[in-house]
Amino acid sequence: MTSEHGVGKRQRKIDGLDKATGRTQYADDIALPGMLHAKIKRSTRAHAHILSIDCTKALAIPGVYAVVTGEEMPVKYGVIPWTKDEYPLCVSKVRYIGDAVAAVAAIDEETANQALKAIHVVYEDLPAVFNPGENPDSKVNEKAKVDNITKHVALTFGDVDQALQDSDVVVDNTFVFSNTTHTPIEPHCAIGDYNARGMLTVTSSTQVPHYLHRALAEVLELPENHIRVIQPAVGGAFGGKSEPFDLEFIVAKLSMKTGRPVKCLYTREEVFYAHRGRHPMRMHFRCGASKDGRIKAVKSKIDIDGGAYASFGMITAFYAGQLLTGPVGFDSYAFDATRYYTNKPACGPKRGHGSVQPRFALEVHLDMIAEKLGLDPIELRKRNAVPEGSVTVNGMQVGSLGLAECLDAVANASEWYARKGKLGFGRGLGVASSMYISGTNYPVYPNEMPQCAVQVKVDRSGRVTLFCGASDIGQGSNSVLAYIACEELGVELDDVCVVTSDTDLTPVDLGAYSSRVTLMMGIAAKEACREIRMKVEVASEIPLGPPFSKGERQQAFRAAEAKFGALCATGNYRTTPRGGDYKGGTIGASPAYSCTAHIADVSVDIDTGFIKVNKIWVAHDCGKAINPILAEGQIEGSTYMGAAEVNLEEMVYGDDEVRRGMLVGPSLLDYRIPTSMDTPPIQAMIVEKPDDNGPYGAKEAGEGPLHSTIPAIANAIYDAVGIRLFELPFSPNKVLRALQEKERAH
Amino acid sequence: MLRMQPFTAHYPTTLDDVTALLDAHGASAMICAGGTDVVPNLKHELFAPEHVIHLAHVHGLHGITEHSDKITIGSTTTIDAIASNNLLQTHAPGLCDAASHVAGPQLRRMGTLGGNLCLDTRCLYYNQTYFWREALGFCLKKDGTTCHVTQTGKRCVAASSNDTATMLICLDAKVDLVAKSGLRTLSLIDFYKADGMKNNVLSPGELLLRVHVPKADSTIKRLEGFAKLRHRSSIDYPMLSVGVRFDVDDDLQIKNARATLNALAAKPKVIQTDWLTGIRLDEATINQLADYTYARCTPLTNICDDPDWRKEMVRVYMKRACQNALARLEARA
Repeated sequence: MTSEHGVGKRQRKIDGLDKATGRTQYADDIALPGMLHAKIKRSTRAHAHILSIDCTKALAIPGVYAVVTGEEMPVKYGVIPWTKDEYPLCVSKVRYIGDAVAAVAAIDEETANQALKAIHVVYEDLPAVFNPGENPDSKVNEKAKVDNITKHVALTFGDVDQALQDSDVVVDNTFVFSNTTHTPIEPHCAIGDYNARGMLTVTSSTQVPHYLHRALAEVLELPENHIRVIQPAVGGAFGGKSEPFDLEFIVAKLSMKTGRPVKCLYTREEVFYAHRGRHPMRMHFRCGASKDGRIKAVKSKIDIDGGAYASFGMITAFYAGQLLTGPVGFDSYAFDATRYYTNKPACGPKRGHGSVQPRFALEVHLDMIAEKLGLDPIELRKRNAVPEGSVTVNGMQVGSLGLAECLDAVANASEWYARKGKLGFGRGLGVASSMYISGTNYPVYPNEMPQCAVQVKVDRSGRVTLFCGASDIGQGSNSVLAYIACEELGVELDDVCVVTSDTDLTPVDLGAYSSRVTLMMGIAAKEACREIRMKVEVASEIPLGPPFSKGERQQAFRAAEAKFGALCATGNYRTTPRGGDYKGGTIGASPAYSCTAHIADVSVDIDTGFIKVNKIWVAHDCGKAINPILAEGQIEGSTYMGAAEVNLEEMVYGDDEVRRGMLVGPSLLDYRIPTSMDTPPIQAMIVEKPDDNGPYGAKEAGEGPLHSTIPAIANAIYDAVGIRLFELPFSPNKVLRALQEKERAH
Repeated sequence: MLRMQPFTAHYPTTLDDVTALLDAHGASAMICAGGTDVVPNLKHELFAPEHVIHLAHVHGLHGITEHSDKITIGSTTTIDAIASNNLLQTHAPGLCDAASHVAGPQLRRMGTLGGNLCLDTRCLYYNQTYFWREALGFCLKKDGTTCHVTQTGKRCVAASSNDTATMLICLDAKVDLVAKSGLRTLSLIDFYKADGMKNNVLSPGELLLRVHVPKADSTIKRLEGFAKLRHRSSIDYPMLSVGVRFDVDDDLQIKNARATLNALAAKPKVIQTDWLTGIRLDEATINQLADYTYARCTPLTNICDDPDWRKEMVRVYMKRACQNALARLEARA
């Protein structure tokens, strides 16, 4: 350790002060000279042919500069190259209420809104599909080969049916996970600026500037080298900004048509329609165990409601099964998952993509098995822990995995052994655990290039600048770059400048998704900084150690520049092949796996059905906390988000004749995220089991700690009042009915 | 973000100017005090006023004053000021409790008592954006012909959702309404009518000026209780709010009682309570009142998709309001 600000220190973020004092520029803070404002006309029909769009009246309104419709951008895009299935603006038909039909650029938002009302669209309704499997003759999306199926995955590992037959205990239930969304506080915003030289700049609140870059080139039919994508500070994303969205193409096209910069800021309602949130899943699980507490078999059949477009859905279908095989292992496993298209806003990757739903089912089943066997649920999990450095039943190579340490940490902090089952009727404790990927081994589009690269440049002043395409969406990856520079070069935090997510300035990083950034960017940054350090040490003949004063360090940098030329270096992250040797075996393969355990203390109001979470203890093995404050922030934030999905958050769609397919209340009043009053105290504990594949041993902390929040609360409810709830969210009416049913059964 | 349609904003400084503006512009004018109800409603295009009259700079509309037999609250007094006022804490603690349950802290500091009492009725099919309502085919209350709650075109059942009214009605509060033509005083319950389209009797030129809250008779103990059903512990509008008031003697014999439920229909529902006179206020009485109320309420799908559960909550929250009233006795002791 050579710096006060190196790896492992509890310290500030580099952008914290600017955010706290209101200096940070988000996309909507940017105003360019002559800028126009765009608004999007959206479909009022769930499934319909577009017979005609008449824009003449809109164009006649003073202050309206241009209108664009789908015919002008007839190229499909989609984040997964095999499922490109959407247009920026609908061509010939609409697929959900809220689908984009036309867009206007005007002098201000009010005029643009006025123009939207003047656009006349004639529809011819088609039979709509609102639930997986329903109405297969009505094709929601042409991309579906069979019925309305986006993707079907069935994988079997071992003789599951035989293992279930041989099991002493079998549990068999159907679980339902409802629809939740990310609700970043910053709505999506983009600015397109096409200049006279034919160069397009798109500034967007995205978490995937590189994928956006590629998609813009394809859809707008421009050369990639004529496009620059800039991601400014982002006010939250959580997976909700991890693919291209209609507004990014629309502002670009409208700028090309008008020759002026064009901005579009979603309304909150549009954020709900853009969605890409948690997929609703109906999950049938059958799990078997031997009487000594060995999990012998897990078998699932999962129907996934995908909405109108594929998004990452192909991956979702895999993740619903592939990410479940640790930290508790089993001898045999089979899953059969199908993602369906429906006429609703498209689902996608919300924090804990694809695996939060089945994790809920599995961890509740483990609790039920423990109860049937008379085993402590913590002991059951420890007995079945996937050993470190082993391979899971579906072929995933696991490095470090601190399951026992996480379980012990939460058990001790919550006084589990003294309090479990002893809190009286109405209050209880529940435990659950989970495992998650730290990035995926394969990029979204196949290529041989690095997943991430970092450039470092040292100035004669001693100031260090790092360039990287990685997206800081609030999680603090820009700060992580700076900490690594401090660690490797002995500099102080204020000596470091970080330039990120600008395709003209920074080397490519694939984006902030799959919990990949700290691991991949961290290794690239470390490699680049190590090269500089080597040059400095050779030139100055002294290692960059603590005795260095600021002045001496500057002299050393100058000596190195004199000897080697300008002090610049690059580092890269490349993945080696990993995963199972079968079709789909690479999906879910990660360089390193994090591990989490939660214990929840829950009270149930038996008169109303309201659940109150009194406290949550969470321990998370992130390998090495680069900055423990940031890691704790991620653990708390994940737990908060998970707890919200238990009893408050739900995207409800109308099921009566009037509101068929309408999102009921697309606003932050009707979609209820917890306030501070509804948030339980969360005690976040860091467990460090360094992994050889992570920088300084680091693994992810951004998504894993969400998963086991939900089953921990579900299991605590059972401990409190003896009811098993299988259908999320556990809203008070459902809880009260379950309590009344239990009463009647007695 | 959502934008408002253009209008002319007026910032009068005297009450005479307000009533003159109201008189001049009639139904094309809207009043805005804290704006916490009006602004979102304008953004949702539920109203299209040509004139918005802002009350922030008007003298004499704000404040809490003690009289020998009552306390008078100016209509632009904020909800937060009511929740934390010492005088009201002493004389009408149930009102302070109800005020503290309105919305969240920031909204309580902006929102006013007059605004809360004149709150537009609310419904799942109504408090939505223009786009959403267009996709729905609109509703009886705004731009359409059918009420989606009752499936008819006869009557709007949007719900009165003001927590302070629940308690003020229990306290027999009166309101002064002022217009250019003069002043009239009404019982608060008579201020409301059972019509979700517009659930109060304010005529276009009128303004709610102040609220009079009678003090308790010194020969009795006035016990006030409030309870609110909502999903979150802050922000949310009520799915149900219940207010009770019991005037009791030293032996807890009920001399006079009031019970009001709100958020069920367009008009706050007053539960008949004469039968409680002479009965002792205890657990059995509370259960009796809860059952009596339960039998007389029929929640709709206007603000909550599960009316059966909401009906069950009527019994539970009536009990809780009564228990909160009883707890005040212990607090006094």
